[in-house]
Amino acid sequence: MTTTDTTPAEQTAPIVPSFGDDETDRKLAIICSKGNLDMAYPGLILGNAALGEGIETHLFFTFWGFDMIMKSRMHDLQFSPAGNAAMHLPGSDRHMPQALAPAMTGMATKMLKKQIADLGVPEVPDFLDQIVAAGGHLWACRLSADMMKIAEEDLRDDVEAIISAADFIEKTEGAQLLFI
Amino acid sequence: MPVTTLNGKSVHVNEEGFLTEYDEWDESLAAVLAEQIGIQLTDAHWKVIRFLREDFKAQGETATTRRVQQVGGVPVKEQFTLFPKKPGKKMSYIAGLPKPHGCV
Repeated sequence: MTTTDTTPAEQTAPIVPSFGDDETDRKLAIICSKGNLDMAYPGLILGNAALGEGIETHLFFTFWGFDMIMKSRMHDLQFSPAGNAAMHLPGSDRHMPQALAPAMTGMATKMLKKQIADLGVPEVPDFLDQIVAAGGHLWACRLSADMMKIAEEDLRDDVEAIISAADFIEKTEGAQLLFI
Repeated sequence: MPVTTLNGKSVHVNEEGFLTEYDEWDESLAAVLAEQIGIQLTDAHWKVIRFLREDFKAQGETATTRRVQQVGGVPVKEQFTLFPKKPGKKMSYIAGLPKPHGCV
């Protein structure tokens, strides 16, 4: 801009933001392969943000990521401090002793859920509702479904289909891709 | 910050064109802002815009699409219909508020 705070000059034509509606053919594909509560969120947050920017967004659930979309499991994802070297005692820089970590899954899950809720961030099923409402596409992995003997009726109704890896590659032609 | 003339009135905007002064906005300006980005305001749009204005006044920050649904009572799906493709940015632009900072 050519103007400053001290000597504002009138612009003759209004400045209109370029929302770039029709310019983007950007596509984003996110592969969700984890069923831990903490690892469910990165894909959801980025997918939701992309949709809010008008970007076509596909989420593909594979392996443990199925826990995010299975009716029987999606309300009960857990967060475990075990094996997480970055886990600290609450409100401190001191490492949590790893020997204690396996016993703390319940408490850690509860704490994380509270922290997420305090920020106004929805729980996983609710977050996926929002992503679908915003136009996001949910797909499930054929190989994982076969391996774990999971059928379409075990999944959220808004999962569009169980598809093969090749189908996914085809659907996401030209997309930027994230593996989580 | 640049100053621009909208609806015959001088207003402060940022480099993208979002109003920077809460009190320089009024409802007649909203219609002009909306028209500039190709939106004709209906009662449904106004429900969102009035919520955003009130919520900003109370919270000091622009509500996200999530908050517009949870607190303002307008479902995300409807927000995408009313303000296509980029509801968060478009509705805050029309409401004369900064873009939402929240991630969700």
